[in-house]
Amino acid sequence: MTLRKIAVPVIAMVVFLALWELLVWVNGWPNYIMAAPSDLPAAYSRYWELFLVMGWQTLWRTVVGLLIAVAFGIFVGMVMGFSRTMRDALYPLLVGFNAIPKATVVPIVALLFVGAHDFNTILIAFMISFFPIAVSVSIGLSTLEPEYRDILRSLGASQATVFWKIALPKTLPEFFGALKVAVTLAFIGTNLMEIVSPHGRGLGALFDSGKTNSDYPLMFAVLIALAFMGIVLYYVVVALEKIFAGWAERQPT
Amino acid sequence: MTKPLIHITDVHHAYATDAGPLPVLDGLNVSVPEGGFVAVVGPSGCGKSTLTRLIAGLMKPDRGEVWLHGERVQSPRSTVGMAFQNPVLLEWRTILKNVMLPLEIVPTKMSKTEQEQRALHLLDLVGLKGFEDKRPSELSGGMRQRASLCRSLIHKPEVLILDEPFGALDAFTREDLWQTMHSLKAEEPFTGVLITHDLRESIFLADQVVVLSGRPAKTQYVMNIPRNGPPELDDLYTPEAADRLNILRHQIEIAQGRAPSEEVGA
Ligand SMILES: Nc1ncnc2c1ncn2[C@@H]1O[C@H](COP(=O)(O)OP(=O)(O)OP(=O)(O)O)[C@@H](O)[C@H]1O
Ligand SMILES: [Mg+2]
Repeated sequence: MTLRKIAVPVIAMVVFLALWELLVWVNGWPNYIMAAPSDLPAAYSRYWELFLVMGWQTLWRTVVGLLIAVAFGIFVGMVMGFSRTMRDALYPLLVGFNAIPKATVVPIVALLFVGAHDFNTILIAFMISFFPIAVSVSIGLSTLEPEYRDILRSLGASQATVFWKIALPKTLPEFFGALKVAVTLAFIGTNLMEIVSPHGRGLGALFDSGKTNSDYPLMFAVLIALAFMGIVLYYVVVALEKIFAGWAERQPT
Repeated sequence: MTKPLIHITDVHHAYATDAGPLPVLDGLNVSVPEGGFVAVVGPSGCGKSTLTRLIAGLMKPDRGEVWLHGERVQSPRSTVGMAFQNPVLLEWRTILKNVMLPLEIVPTKMSKTEQEQRALHLLDLVGLKGFEDKRPSELSGGMRQRASLCRSLIHKPEVLILDEPFGALDAFTREDLWQTMHSLKAEEPFTGVLITHDLRESIFLADQVVVLSGRPAKTQYVMNIPRNGPPELDDLYTPEAADRLNILRHQIEIAQGRAPSEEVGA
């Protein structure tokens, strides 16, 4: 069972790499059109120190941005979930804000806080990722059936108790669903900023320098490293979900 | 005469809606003596659930008074237990932990082990022995409703409010639960208010049946059911029971505003 769980994705990945290699080989593409997987180990071994440093920068800024998005998203979600008026007031604002393509916001923020690399990267990661969290929490809370509230409220429990004992745990499955989306978004936000901002840091900047130096294998190596980190972050969320909302998982029958 | 445990006098209530105030209760009177069990029946949407929310103190009536045990109800109180058509069990808790939930809110003199003993005893009473460590989704609808009943009684409430608790169950399960209710009543000294759509249920469980008129509801008819000991299901098929059911059905038709003189088929 566990062997199967590990073997299946590993085989899928090997097949994917083999197809990629084959595609490049059959078409005889030079590596400035498309690097082959076999070009990557060289790129990694040449720059492995940079990968570690830059990878860490990308990682921690993504995670910090995401954590702020979680805190802020839960707060906004609670406000909207408990108050109809606030929901009516904030919803169009949020939707409008979310509809702005973040690629247009990135250069603005980059110029606004020029040089403050950590700050503006975290800011973008946060801005791009809090929306699904806020929406999921607010929907989770506002669709709580009144009976769930009433079983505790009829005993004299406060709103806060109802929130901690019922509303919050009941919302966790939706929250984690949103967090899976948000983690990917935060990652995109971080990288957008790293690529755009002058003298940026992180894997995005490494990608950018690969571009300036026409080091195509390096660019592809960065892409793969990003994909790898994205997978890791995603599965961290999945693991947290198993711990905190594992009860919501129904056994497939 | 001693003051009744639940005393509702001339209660009026209206909801604020987009189309203006919607009067729901309009001069409602209900009185239940200590240890009594009243069933409230009435047309759909006439205000029965509103009545339960007023008794539980979840809302205050616009006019009129609700008294529990000689105290005017102004806000929720821990001496009330509630169960609904939806068993509202929490999936992230075991059945035992679900049943014990009210004890996390209500101050209790029971020690942790006593609390658990009591929960297990109640589960045993309703026939859920051995299911205490299961999750709600592992139980059938009827079993969930049994667990929900245990939860509503765990903190020894004076007043048990049941809002169509058996409404979503099939006929056989429902009849099982009626008998479970009688065994609970024999052991637990609560005063009950049962909202139901099922007239047979009302005469089987209650010692008083109150028929509400259509919205806005007032007390339209009260029937007393004499009791000596817990009834048998067979008692529902006696001529006496048939007479009672006919009278109640007729009252419901009046409440629904259908031809009041129309004769009711058997
Ligand atoms: N919060 C509310 N705001 C506005 N109107 C409400 C509200 N709650 C209930 N109503 C209306 O008040 C009326 C009575 O509702 P209530 O739930 O008390 O009826 P009920 O007798 O329990 O109905 P049912 O038999 O379907 O359970 C209904 O017409 C309902 O639409
Ligand atoms: Mg109702």
